[in-house]
Amino acid sequence: MPIDVPTLRKAFPTLARELDGQRLVYLDSAASSQTPVAVLDAMDHYYRWSRSNVHRGVYTLAEEATDLYETARTDLARFVDADPRGVVFTKNATEACNLMAYAWVRRNLGPGDVLLTTVMEHHANLVPFQYAAGDLGFEVRHVPITSDGLLDMDAAANLVADGRVRFVAVAHVSNVLGTINDVRGIAQLARAAREDAVVHVDGTQAVPQLPVSFRELGVDAYALTGHKMLGPTGIGALVVRPELLETMQPFLAGGEMIRDVTLDSVTWNEIPHRFEAGTPMIAEAAGLSAAIRFLEELGMDAVRAHEEQLTGRLLEALTSIDGVTVHGPTDLTVRGGAVSFEVAGVHPHDVGAMLSSKGVCVRVGHHCTKPLMRCLGVNATARASAYLYNDTDDLPPLVEGIEAARAFFAR
Amino acid sequence: MSMEDLYQEIILDHYRKPQHRAPVLEGESVHVHHSNPLCGDEMDLRVRVVDGQVDGIVFDGEGCSISQASASAMTVAVAGRELDDALALTEDFRRMMHGDEPSRPDDLQDGIAFQGVARFPVRVKCALLGWMALRDAIETYERGASAHTVEHDDDRPPSG
Ligand SMILES: Cc1ncc(COP(=O)(O)O)c(C=O)c1O
Repeated sequence: MPIDVPTLRKAFPTLARELDGQRLVYLDSAASSQTPVAVLDAMDHYYRWSRSNVHRGVYTLAEEATDLYETARTDLARFVDADPRGVVFTKNATEACNLMAYAWVRRNLGPGDVLLTTVMEHHANLVPFQYAAGDLGFEVRHVPITSDGLLDMDAAANLVADGRVRFVAVAHVSNVLGTINDVRGIAQLARAAREDAVVHVDGTQAVPQLPVSFRELGVDAYALTGHKMLGPTGIGALVVRPELLETMQPFLAGGEMIRDVTLDSVTWNEIPHRFEAGTPMIAEAAGLSAAIRFLEELGMDAVRAHEEQLTGRLLEALTSIDGVTVHGPTDLTVRGGAVSFEVAGVHPHDVGAMLSSKGVCVRVGHHCTKPLMRCLGVNATARASAYLYNDTDDLPPLVEGIEAARAFFAR
Repeated sequence: MSMEDLYQEIILDHYRKPQHRAPVLEGESVHVHHSNPLCGDEMDLRVRVVDGQVDGIVFDGEGCSISQASASAMTVAVAGRELDDALALTEDFRRMMHGDEPSRPDDLQDGIAFQGVARFPVRVKCALLGWMALRDAIETYERGASAHTVEHDDDRPPSG
């Protein structure tokens, strides 16, 4: 069923806000999505009704809290078609990438080895590995992009050809270009060159927008974050093939993650608990569950269809404005909802300020992708990103704001 | 937020017709290059010092209207000043950006138009870029060097 946006919007309190008498037009969901009431209620319910710690208690409240937390795990596993034993909750996607860097990369890579990543990565999927490379002396190679914003697969094939690439870190969907990368293709390339290559995907921008099947992608690890998929801040996950997770050593140590401890020895808990030290984010897990159910009720195919159609309109609207250039693919089938653009003669900060004065929220800056900005030859861009609660009525305020910025600033 | 709160007419004038904007300065004593990590803005500032005074000053760079206009207004406000005096005025401007009342509003000249920027925390760094470059240029000159590059936000209390 197609998404009925006017009805859907009623579920999002923020979207009813007015700013200086103008309707709020939220076009920054790639940075963080809005939160539906169902998610707020789920978190509220935990605090008002089942407030207690997980896993240890034998009383009703603790059982309820444990159930909320573990149900979030099975909900997420179902949502991304993965085994719940491989779902590790983290604070956000950044922590998920760091977990992979500490629990696998730093324990397995050294001089002579190569880690392959791309020039379009968010710093979250780049810096943890760069940092490890500096400490451990392995080499990092970067897949370049083509002029239409796709990963250059021929170059990727060359980069893995010597069989030294042991780890691949790649985004599923770019937060700047919108590109949907062929991660399955990259995984196949890497494994053809070296059977035991481990493929880690940053799925932060994909999970909110696309139906994702971890099993079908055939990758080893997949990072995501709750706050871009209608969930609360403070929860994300690293999804790992259980067989691989079994071989990984903990990143953080402490309570919850042990099976037995003596004064001078410790045995780890089973997966995934081995990777979740300390009291977890229980309310946030309950919120994430509610967000997943909200998305499931709409259907991710419908979410994707809506997004694809609206992104097409957004691209049309932007390219119709004099002096506006859009980055990233124009082919909607390989594109998500984030659209970065430039306005000739107007700095992105000034574009953002003008849009803000009209109630339109867009992101401006480098979007935590400084290497990509250098590839594009810019310091910063403005980025509009539509989501399931946006509709074509959000486009005229954007266009008017950009035109006003041109009139106001262009020298 | 209204556009008028942030973009005073004086600011737009400096943006559209910047003062002392040039890529070179004859007899340059010191050249600093500053970039703002938040938005990638770039600023080149060149100063000619004669008899302990700012005898010539030019800036060049890329950035938003606030950063470019503020640098332009800065060059006008400090031209001809003793180096120590220019440093003191810089600190007055910096503190104004953090919400203090400026103690030398007249000396800041058009710089005073940026007072409202203090209410837009993400833009404070833009307004400070040129002024922090000036401070660095003077400190670099006083160290006996002729060039310095700073690739981070240099908004800090004065050294020494
Ligand atoms: C592609 C991508 N990866 C990683 C992240 C980091 O997400 P978080 O800040 O939730 O850790 C983001 C968020 O901006 C992103 O867009």
